[in-house]
Amino acid sequence: MIEVRGIHKAFGRLQVLRGVDLDVATGGTLVILGQSGGGKSVLLKAIAGLLEPDQGSVRIDGKRRDELTPAEAERAALRFAYLFQGAALFDSLTVGENVTFALRRFTGKSVEELRAVAEERLNWVGLRGIQDKKPAELSGGMRKRVGLARAIAMDPAYVLYDEPTTGLDPISSDAIAELILSLQARLQSTSIVVTHDMALAFKVGDRLCLLNQGRMHAQADKEAFRALDDEVVQQFIHGRAQGPIQFL
Amino acid sequence: MELRALLNALEGLLEEAGRLFLFNMRLFAETFRFVTSPRRSLRLDGRPLLVQLEQIGTASVPVVLITALFTGMVLALQAGLTLEVKLKGVTQFMGRTVALPFIRELGPVLTGLIVTGRIGSAIAAEIGTMAVTEQIDALKTLATPPVRYLGVPRLLACLLMLPVLTALADVVGLLGGFVVARLVLGIPANVYWNDIPNMLTAGDMVSGMAKTVFFGGIIAIVACYQGFTTSGGAEGVGQATTRAVVWSSILILVSDYFLTAFFALFL
Repeated sequence: MIEVRGIHKAFGRLQVLRGVDLDVATGGTLVILGQSGGGKSVLLKAIAGLLEPDQGSVRIDGKRRDELTPAEAERAALRFAYLFQGAALFDSLTVGENVTFALRRFTGKSVEELRAVAEERLNWVGLRGIQDKKPAELSGGMRKRVGLARAIAMDPAYVLYDEPTTGLDPISSDAIAELILSLQARLQSTSIVVTHDMALAFKVGDRLCLLNQGRMHAQADKEAFRALDDEVVQQFIHGRAQGPIQFL
Repeated sequence: MELRALLNALEGLLEEAGRLFLFNMRLFAETFRFVTSPRRSLRLDGRPLLVQLEQIGTASVPVVLITALFTGMVLALQAGLTLEVKLKGVTQFMGRTVALPFIRELGPVLTGLIVTGRIGSAIAAEIGTMAVTEQIDALKTLATPPVRYLGVPRLLACLLMLPVLTALADVVGLLGGFVVARLVLGIPANVYWNDIPNMLTAGDMVSGMAKTVFFGGIIAIVACYQGFTTSGGAEGVGQATTRAVVWSSILILVSDYFLTAFFALFL
């Protein structure tokens, strides 16, 4: 269970989050929608512990993130998987070394065992025989898949996806959506997907919420969200330039 | 209005100084942890240290040695011309004339500046690129403190390899001086080599080597700090790299004066 309460975050004079409240129940997939530059990724990074909010708190299974000891923070980090927009693979390491990065550091597995785990996780994301390649040799879609394989290598309880389909063609985007669904079923984890891709949102989300002007504007189960009688929500779902949401 | 601008600049400077101070505290705390619990840390972080020792040490040897060789040769040539032409026939002092400035100053400072150009820039660019492509954040999500994984091996490698590189540079610089003294100026080998211990003391050797440890620290700290605080894409990486080289070079030259003054008092 993740509880976000009254999160504020500013970068210089730009106030990005203005008091966000959000509850993420264990299990299922929550999709956070919002405009580009609207603070979705900032919120996700605050949940993952990558950013410290100026005000407010994030509780993970009842414990405030900012009150964790270093050892607790390390354990908490291993329970989270994070798929970055650009995959954020380590350029200097091979694909296999990327995937087993955390395993190498936190388990006593042998080289052979690590290779076997890397191959298994790469298979889960639909890739085979690329362990010895460098990230620079991969396409954008493959990099995202490898990033996902790395993220899930430690069997995380929470999987956070930051714009997983950005920069991908519609077919690759749909393949990523299928992958999110299959991993959700396999890992039985709690997933949070940040996106403005409505096709992805309605395909993978059990619950959807809309971040607007730094606050949580609406949240509901998928079908209820689609039917919400709310101008802002409907403008966003239908992608209309005219309406209460201003172009950033 | 001007007062306001001045106050803003001062505030920015203090903020930067505070950030640098905190970064140093974290870097030294992590380094202390690494050094004091090597069994656990080596298992976790041993490989990055070996890679950095190779990058900063072994891979820097050719450029450091070439620079030292020709600097020693130039020093001998200039000294030879001065001693022979202007002071008439005091070339028996050639050994000390090359060795003293080389071991006290040129060896440590030249090695520091070369490693700054070669390694300081590479560290800032590599970590800076990792920062702007979210690889630093990725390390955090994999429960790996970036300063421990990236900063500590680079700091330790700089601290350990700068003295080694300087010692090699000193030897090769003296050899370069000898080649010119013997082949160009016709000074006998025993005259050149026997003159060196006449003036060179253990204190000169110690101060020269001790300086390089400081220089190594400056290079690693400045470059890592610039890398970790990089923002703004490719342009930001370029600026961070430039700042790392400029500030390291300035700090090496300024600190060299104060370290020389300090060692002059105690050695």
